[in-house]
Amino acid sequence: MKYTEEHEWLDDQAGIVTVGITTHAAEQLGDIVFVELPDVGAQVSKDDEVVVIESVKAASDILAPLDGEIVEVNAAIVEDPAKVNEDPEGKAWFFKIKPADASQMDEFMDAAAYKAFIG
Amino acid sequence: MSDLGRTVLYDLHLELGAKMVPFAGYEMPVQYPPGVMKEHLHTRAAAGLFDVSHMGQVILRGPNVAQALETLVPVDVVGLGAGRQRYGFFTTEDGGIIDDLMITNRGDHLFLVVNAARKAVDLDHLQNNLPGIKIQEITGRALIALQGPKAEDAIAALNPAARAMRFMDVADLDLAGATCWVSRSGYTGEDGFEISVPNTMAPRLTRALLENPDVAPIGLGARDSLRLEAGLCLYGSDIDETTSPVEAGLTWAIQKARRNGGAREGGFPGAGRILDELTNGPARERVGLLPDGRAPMRAHVPLFAAEVGGEAVGEITSGAFGPTIEKPMSMGYLPAALAGPGTRVYGEVRGKRLPATVTPLPFHKQSYKR
Repeated sequence: MKYTEEHEWLDDQAGIVTVGITTHAAEQLGDIVFVELPDVGAQVSKDDEVVVIESVKAASDILAPLDGEIVEVNAAIVEDPAKVNEDPEGKAWFFKIKPADASQMDEFMDAAAYKAFIG
Repeated sequence: MSDLGRTVLYDLHLELGAKMVPFAGYEMPVQYPPGVMKEHLHTRAAAGLFDVSHMGQVILRGPNVAQALETLVPVDVVGLGAGRQRYGFFTTEDGGIIDDLMITNRGDHLFLVVNAARKAVDLDHLQNNLPGIKIQEITGRALIALQGPKAEDAIAALNPAARAMRFMDVADLDLAGATCWVSRSGYTGEDGFEISVPNTMAPRLTRALLENPDVAPIGLGARDSLRLEAGLCLYGSDIDETTSPVEAGLTWAIQKARRNGGAREGGFPGAGRILDELTNGPARERVGLLPDGRAPMRAHVPLFAAEVGGEAVGEITSGAFGPTIEKPMSMGYLPAALAGPGTRVYGEVRGKRLPATVTPLPFHKQSYKR
């Protein structure tokens, strides 16, 4: 598992990377009430705003961590956004992306580095 | 946050695990560990306890004090009986709203509760316009609200006399050894009480109420979603010096005695505009709006009459997810012609115009004990 400074987690399984937000991020956001996901098949660039989430407090964007193609999205969290608070690092993943350049994965933090990052 | 005020319950909030935020010049609890959604639902199901000590408490004394206050509010204060409370607002010369407030007749004086952010403005306004009236800001008392269907049981456990009170009644009650000024009112749409208690006794009373398993502490986050579901205005968002009480749909708070043909018609700032709007209708109106989808339309979202083209015709003033109604809800202003229930309008969120329907307020039925 890798982590971004934007509090996303990335799980690379055979070249397809599943992306979600960390427990820390979900706690900071508070109760999540709305999720908008990208279209399957969309070609995205790193730092594109690909997901909108709204909590009881405010709206936030989730940025694409990599260049690539969106190959799957988790419709269950659109139906029931509260799942993101319940299981952010498990069932409530956001989307799966096929990276254009696998080496982009190398720049991210590992679990220990992320833990230090959030203090 | 060094120049922010703290209420006398500050230490208790920290002990309860509150997340504190700056609000109207005070460090206030925005939420406790359960979070906004659960706190909201708990208040509707049982009882929520809110620290609202940041609000201003003011006593007015003097000869004909009710007549004097009537020169600043379009409310029938003279006809307000002892032990009764009424909602009102200070109006501007242009017919806008300086602040909204609760007015209580406590027998030989009036007791006002005003918004924290407008306290200084209100006190200046009173000092400048009520010669001969003694205006005393009460800084020695905290204010806590107990709201929800179990509020009556919780307060009655400390003093059964509370049960006899009806909506907008006010009484002095001994609670946990403190002499409290209690009103049966609130800001959630639920039955409940607001309790003015001496600062020295406030932590003890709050702890006594929280010992009841039905009572949980509730932060400002849920306070906002509760009042919005109940269709209640937030000063600074839904009403301000640019909105008239008639535009804001607060005509129910302007009693017959102050209207055209009434015993004490007019005689408050902005009476010309306000009485004219009462007769002829306002140009725009505060409305409830339910978006079609799940995306909340928050404050400042512009509203359009059509999905494509045209200028904005109005704006959202409050918007959030409603935990009890389980969907997003908003309030805003629309031209009178577009303000009828069922009218379809479009709110522009992140560059997209999303449909919403004008809906009667409140979103969640109020359950006051009348």
